[in-house]
Amino acid sequence: MTRYIFQRVIYMLLTLFIIASISFFLMKFLPGTPLNVENKLSPEQQEIILEKYGLNDPLPVQYFNYMAGLVQGDLGISFHFDSTPVSDILLGRIGPSALLGAQSLLVGTVLGILLGLVAAINHNGIMDYTSTLISVLGKSIPSFVFAGLLQLVFAVQLGWLPVALWGEFKHTILPTIALMIFPLATAARFTRTEMLEVLGSDFITTARAKGVNEFGIVFKHGLRNALIPLITVIGPMAVSLMTGTLVIEQIFGVPGIGEQFVTSVMVVDYPIIMGTTLLFAVLFVVIILVIDLLYGIIDPRIRLAGGEK
Amino acid sequence: MEKILEVKNLRVSFDTYSGEVQAVRGVEFDLNKGETLAIVGESGSGKSVTTKALMRLLPEPHGYIKDGQILFEGDDLAKKTPKQMQKIRGKDMSMIFQDPMTSLNPTMKVGAQIMEGLIKHQKMGKTQAKKRAIELLELVQIPNPHERINQYPHQFSGGMRQRVVIAIALACNPKVLIADEPTTALDVTIQAEILDLMKDIQKKTDTSIIFITHDLGVVANIADRVAVMYAGKIVEVGTVDDVFYNPKHPYTWGLLGSMPTLDSEEEELFAIPGTPPDLLHPPKGDAFAPRNKFALEIDFHEQPPMYPVPGSETHFAATWLLHEYAPEVEIPASVKRRMKDISKSSDSGEGEKQ
Repeated sequence: MTRYIFQRVIYMLLTLFIIASISFFLMKFLPGTPLNVENKLSPEQQEIILEKYGLNDPLPVQYFNYMAGLVQGDLGISFHFDSTPVSDILLGRIGPSALLGAQSLLVGTVLGILLGLVAAINHNGIMDYTSTLISVLGKSIPSFVFAGLLQLVFAVQLGWLPVALWGEFKHTILPTIALMIFPLATAARFTRTEMLEVLGSDFITTARAKGVNEFGIVFKHGLRNALIPLITVIGPMAVSLMTGTLVIEQIFGVPGIGEQFVTSVMVVDYPIIMGTTLLFAVLFVVIILVIDLLYGIIDPRIRLAGGEK
Repeated sequence: MEKILEVKNLRVSFDTYSGEVQAVRGVEFDLNKGETLAIVGESGSGKSVTTKALMRLLPEPHGYIKDGQILFEGDDLAKKTPKQMQKIRGKDMSMIFQDPMTSLNPTMKVGAQIMEGLIKHQKMGKTQAKKRAIELLELVQIPNPHERINQYPHQFSGGMRQRVVIAIALACNPKVLIADEPTTALDVTIQAEILDLMKDIQKKTDTSIIFITHDLGVVANIADRVAVMYAGKIVEVGTVDDVFYNPKHPYTWGLLGSMPTLDSEEEELFAIPGTPPDLLHPPKGDAFAPRNKFALEIDFHEQPPMYPVPGSETHFAATWLLHEYAPEVEIPASVKRRMKDISKSSDSGEGEKQ
């Protein structure tokens, strides 16, 4: 097991290296330089700045320098935000995004699984149709529509919560609800389909023949088997939620990383673009690893040799 | 003989988009204590549905018991609520299924699957249930039960899994064990082992077994009595000797005639012509009549009653040929030859059974 994880970490580093290289060169193809945006400097001053930040070096040299810094954990210094280290900016911004993402993923998935379960048990019944309706609406209506509606009802009309503010837990409620609709709809849909299939399988009949009651059938025998495919979809969803969704962060005034990323591209802030891309990539590969390990816990058939005697 | 199970006029239907399919149309049989009753018949004859109905495992509400009684020790199972059935299933009656590859929960340890029934029905604690589970694995002859109990189904071969399924079914010493084609999905050598195991266990536990199969060779090997099903009805019932050596229903002749034996000299294997009737629109008379070259005029108009076969107390057949006015019909020569072959090949089997 340790050997497997070690192996996977090596692959992860390799993946990150490739992602870093590709995005470095792609980024350099962006039109303009960091100085285009506030072009109030004389050509001489510009030249001095380009020289100082090493932007006049040939591309391979720049690449080598950046990668050398990266290996030592140095993400560079932002061009745009008063020479703040990139790592500080990212650390300050990832918190709110990750909190919102984790909250909406957790609540959305749990509610979605429950909704899907109820739908599967009540197959073709009224709850099944309700669940289908919720799922279809949740998947097809973009989250910013919900965001607007939530603000209108709970902030403007009822006045329970602020329209857009960040600081306390209650400020996270509305953006979390707006964000969780999608994972909820996805989880409900998946759980329903998988659960129906599992409930029709032979081993459920075996369990019934043993005299297991409906609760045991659904939770002990059914759910675990139905959840295996769901894990696959939750992974990428988790990453996209945790790394922040630009629109929702804008609407609710959340100082998250999604907004940061877009600004950095607009102002061609090379170190921030690289830093954010790499952060997303790290999150992604780590979550994929976690999911692969989770498979082993939920499904003994893919448990690794050596993991258990 | 004490009767443990009496099935009276059992009718099971399925509601489908094209209408009501009458899968079981008035099945009647008894099961005595400690005996093995084999139910034979081709695919779609209603064997499995009958047993699913006995266990009340029909996919309700689409499949349901339309009429009839299932008297288990005098108690009508057809009238029990789902909650009451949960207390009976696994405790008094249990079931072994056809495909061991799919009938075990892939994400649950084998031991836990065996212990589940013990904890539920016999109110055992974890340690006690585990001890009993190990005993059960020993009973079904799985080596290293102490290790095996902590393994998952995918770590077992097909034959070993079927032993686990049998252990689960036997956990609470059921009075009736229903085996729904338990050897069909296994290869021949494993089939023989599983059959021997079941015979062995029955000797030890005195459980009554209903054994569903379409393999007549298996019937001769394991059963005391045989019921032949066709189109949702039992057409002939009797002891193995009655049905194999003195078959009365033309469908039984057809079944026996179409059974290959090792020493048959014919070049072509006999097959019953035609296909079974559509149970969405069951025929008016005898369901087998259109495929039966011995069919009488009345077969197409009226269903034959169960006639006792003269000279036997255990043998009954639903054919007009047993009516006192019916013409004498000679059993086809090919069937007679086959019967001789069977008696030759199962002589050794009979000896083993005593």
